[in-house]
Amino acid sequence: MSKKSTAARAVYVVDGSRTPFLKALGKPGDFRASDLAVGAGRPLLLRQPFGPEQLDEVILGCIAPGVDEANIARIVALRLGCGDKVPAWTVQRNCASGMQAVDSAALDISTGRANLVLAGGTEAMSHHPILLNQRMVAWLADWNRAKSFTARGRQLAALRPHHFQLIIALMRGLTDPLVGLSMGQTAEKLAWRFNIDRESMDRFALRSHQRLADAQDNGRLDEIEPIYNQAGQLFESDDGLRREGTLEKMAKLKPAFDRPVGRVTAGNSAQITDGAAMLLLASEEAVERHGLPVLGKVIDSHWSALDPSQMGLGPVHAMGQLLKRQKMQGEEIDYWEINEAFATQVLACQAAWQDKDYMQQEVGLDALPSPIPDDRLNVDGGAVGIGHPVGASGARLILHLLKTLQQNNAKRGIASLCIGGGQGGAMLLEAQS
Amino acid sequence: MNKHLQLETDSQGITWLHFDHAESAVNILSLEAMQELDETLDELEATLPKGLIILSDKKNGFIAGADVESFRSGMHRREAEEHIRRVHVLYNRVEALPFPTLCLIHGFCLGGGLELAFACDYRVTRDDESTRLAFPEVRLGIFPGYGGSVRSIERIGAFQAMKLMLSGRSINGRQAKKMGLVDQTVPQRQMRDTAISFIENQPVVRVASWSQRLLNSLPARHLLSPMFVKETAKHAKRDHYPAPYALIDHWKAHGGDRAAMLDSEATEVSRLLTGETSQNLIRVFFLQERMKSLGSHVQFKPQHLHVVGGGIMGGDIAAWCAMKGMRVTLQDREAKYLTQAMGRAHQLFKRKLRSKRLITAAMDRLIPDPKGYGVGQADVAIEAIFEDLETKQQLFQSLESQLKPEAIMATNTSSIPLEDIAEGLNNPQRLIGLHFFNPVAKMQLVEVVHGTQTDPALIDKGAAFVRRVDRLPLPVKSSPGFLVNRILMPYLLEAMSLIDEGVPAPAVDRAAVDFGMPMGPVELADAVGLDICLAVARKLAPLFDLTIPRKLEQLVVDKKLLGKKTGQGFYRYEKGRLQREKIDSQYQPPADLADRMIFRLLNESVACLREGVVEDADLLDAGVIFGTGYAPFRGGPMHTIYSGGLEQQHHQLEILEQRHGGKFHPDSGWTQLGEVLDVIIRRGRSRREKQDVRWGRKRKQ
Repeated sequence: MSKKSTAARAVYVVDGSRTPFLKALGKPGDFRASDLAVGAGRPLLLRQPFGPEQLDEVILGCIAPGVDEANIARIVALRLGCGDKVPAWTVQRNCASGMQAVDSAALDISTGRANLVLAGGTEAMSHHPILLNQRMVAWLADWNRAKSFTARGRQLAALRPHHFQLIIALMRGLTDPLVGLSMGQTAEKLAWRFNIDRESMDRFALRSHQRLADAQDNGRLDEIEPIYNQAGQLFESDDGLRREGTLEKMAKLKPAFDRPVGRVTAGNSAQITDGAAMLLLASEEAVERHGLPVLGKVIDSHWSALDPSQMGLGPVHAMGQLLKRQKMQGEEIDYWEINEAFATQVLACQAAWQDKDYMQQEVGLDALPSPIPDDRLNVDGGAVGIGHPVGASGARLILHLLKTLQQNNAKRGIASLCIGGGQGGAMLLEAQS
Repeated sequence: MNKHLQLETDSQGITWLHFDHAESAVNILSLEAMQELDETLDELEATLPKGLIILSDKKNGFIAGADVESFRSGMHRREAEEHIRRVHVLYNRVEALPFPTLCLIHGFCLGGGLELAFACDYRVTRDDESTRLAFPEVRLGIFPGYGGSVRSIERIGAFQAMKLMLSGRSINGRQAKKMGLVDQTVPQRQMRDTAISFIENQPVVRVASWSQRLLNSLPARHLLSPMFVKETAKHAKRDHYPAPYALIDHWKAHGGDRAAMLDSEATEVSRLLTGETSQNLIRVFFLQERMKSLGSHVQFKPQHLHVVGGGIMGGDIAAWCAMKGMRVTLQDREAKYLTQAMGRAHQLFKRKLRSKRLITAAMDRLIPDPKGYGVGQADVAIEAIFEDLETKQQLFQSLESQLKPEAIMATNTSSIPLEDIAEGLNNPQRLIGLHFFNPVAKMQLVEVVHGTQTDPALIDKGAAFVRRVDRLPLPVKSSPGFLVNRILMPYLLEAMSLIDEGVPAPAVDRAAVDFGMPMGPVELADAVGLDICLAVARKLAPLFDLTIPRKLEQLVVDKKLLGKKTGQGFYRYEKGRLQREKIDSQYQPPADLADRMIFRLLNESVACLREGVVEDADLLDAGVIFGTGYAPFRGGPMHTIYSGGLEQQHHQLEILEQRHGGKFHPDSGWTQLGEVLDVIIRRGRSRREKQDVRWGRKRKQ
């Protein structure tokens, strides 16, 4: 029996595409965030029986669009050929921005405001800017005001080395400004709290790569569409995958956040990556009108919040509340996707999920849900191997979970992410039988 | 009541002169319009408004120039000279108006239109892509004759003005502002207010700066003119294209003296205009106009093109069409076969569009589509895969089942009959050929091929598509080689057999270039690729009794030297640049060298006309000029035959046959040419009569 949706009208996921996720190599990559979203959206829209101008709206998640990409969703909509009359808006809920976009689209469809919505997420993390610090900005303002020769001389004399300290926006974005911890340090805190050792993390990370390799080799990632850079170079698959990785090699990596004694390394964390994922959502009316094939349904979703310094446990809260509302125990869920911000963070979620005290006191669930089996969790790998373009990952998880359900003739799945700043988001999906 | 020009005076006392030429899509300076301008000036000189603003009510532009139709054959030199002098008087009156005058320009402003703008005190253009200013006169074998050569130099200096007039190049509003050719370039919303502010404030009228004026002095003219001659010689030979050289001489002789310049304009331009080169170029202009109008009457507005085949041809067709605003999906078997095409497309966009915004938009329209999602959305699908009948048949069967019923199915084949490819289709009448030439971005012609099975209505739709992407459509019958390759091949092969006979390649090429070809046949073959030449030659040889030259087979089969792309063919190339060897000064080429090549081409043209490969001689000329670059100033092969005298040309061919054998045997079509000629003469006469009426009316006053 179908679980009851909270939605007034059913929300269908018709189809979806994503770009390959491309590892950031220090300098700006070949694609801006809007280029990536266009790269994923064009083939998706091309294979639909309706034109892009028939969409009711476009919603995109993106944390840091480029300076020329304010309200990036509108830019992408226009670049996709939706025409002047399709409105578009951009959402931001940190690491779950892509899921937020899908949730917002689902809400607009369920309330009857929209029938066809293009939703997803995009992020070009390699393009996140490097900024001048405030003192330098102030100095420049004074310099512009200084007109006379002597005034300018005085200004020049006031220049100090600290004026030239640059701010790397990406690093700032991955640091919680209120608790003062980097995301990696919040993961270290979870490892310490749930006693997760280095080897378990490395083992998990290795498995993530192996699963991704297996999914690539067996054609389970057909949602990826090829993209080409300006020189015509082709990108077809997630290039963060390390096929030759071993436990020994991983063990050699130095801790990246809590030096020298920490356990979280670059190898067992999500990769910094550029990518986009796009989904097409439709009401029943639109499905019938255009004769659309259906991938699955959005049943429900839930957002929770918790202590920012333990943000990695967000999925436990969101999934727990979601199951509670749906009066489910967990065994009804065939497949799970929990975003792998850090290997240890997913392991901590699994541990907390089975921790009676945590579930009762922190999540507010009386009975323990059934455990999340390893062989039903992130079956085709996760962000450790694929990468985590922050705005896009939520949409990728939803899309791939639906594909997994379809490939395995399974019914139901949950996609979930932890969110920097101390939140969690979870979405319950059903495959179309 | 005026027909073309309307005066309107606003509340501020400024008079607006609206130009909206009746019975014409564009504003042209017809004799009638000139006459009205003349009368309007009478009125303005009497009423003395606060200022005059001249503008066009046509959406597409300001003024496209003089009425070229009235310059076609039948005009005598004296008539032309009188006409020019009358316009001089007219524009001098505009210039002398005792109140501020301004031209408010949008869209194209060409030739005589630009000369009128120069006669005003101020010029304001709309700042957008559609605004183009140019002196295209040299392309018609003349130079600006309505005072343009005088005033452009006075306004923007000899150096810039001469470059504009010599090249015929068009510029946009911003470039024009930078040159000082216009006083201001503004967005549409500011045009009216800007124009009014010029009239109200009357800023100092712009003239060339003193340094620019210095370049107009006698010594500077003597220094500069050889430079201009040298630059011009790179593009056009003096024997073939006298106009730019005449312009340089005209300026060199009279540059500093306004009255002498105007006088020389009248005598020189009228001489050029009634000369053979200009008349031929004007004819080519109208042939081009005729091709442009093909397919214009059908309601077919294709938006989406699907191209199958990501090779050079397919990729370049896709890129070109995306650049011209179509949404294009480009398919090949796998994603990796599209890398070259996508890279080349970006290069093309960067070169042609320059602005980042436009490049991004073009790249967004060009969609790599290895899975073929675009087929179902396409209005036109073009196949450009390798030349294999069975593969093409299969491809079209699959395309037919996915395409919209009203979509055009086209093949870019150059060698397989359409009828064969259409076999096995449910609706074989849906298939046409759209034969682009390499390089797509340079070659304007596209052969729209119809087989016996093709629905005739599709020819027009095909032509409409070709116009949509700004190329020139030429409807041709599906017969081997169609028109262009078929006519080109005997000419190329003759060039190569001359090499077999021991004539050096540079001598062969020089003879062709001296005739007026843009590039020698040997160099052309190297550029196309000798393997492709040989493949086409082998296809056509048995059908048209052609002999394949020894050297060509040697190079391709034995030595694998395929021309420019491999660095060596008939010539050697270093970094893509041809290394031309000097011809021995003692060497005496055969006297009939050029004739042998050209007459093979002419003879094949006659055969094509006889077989009805194209509809008529005019289209044949147009096709060969725009498809091969055949000397435009000679007006095309059929025109070459007629203007050389049908009898003499036929006789010349017979002499060649006696000397060199059966390949010069006159095609049986020669005997029918007399009738064709009669038709042409009759048509020409009726046109002349029509003109006489117009000129006659002018003369009566």
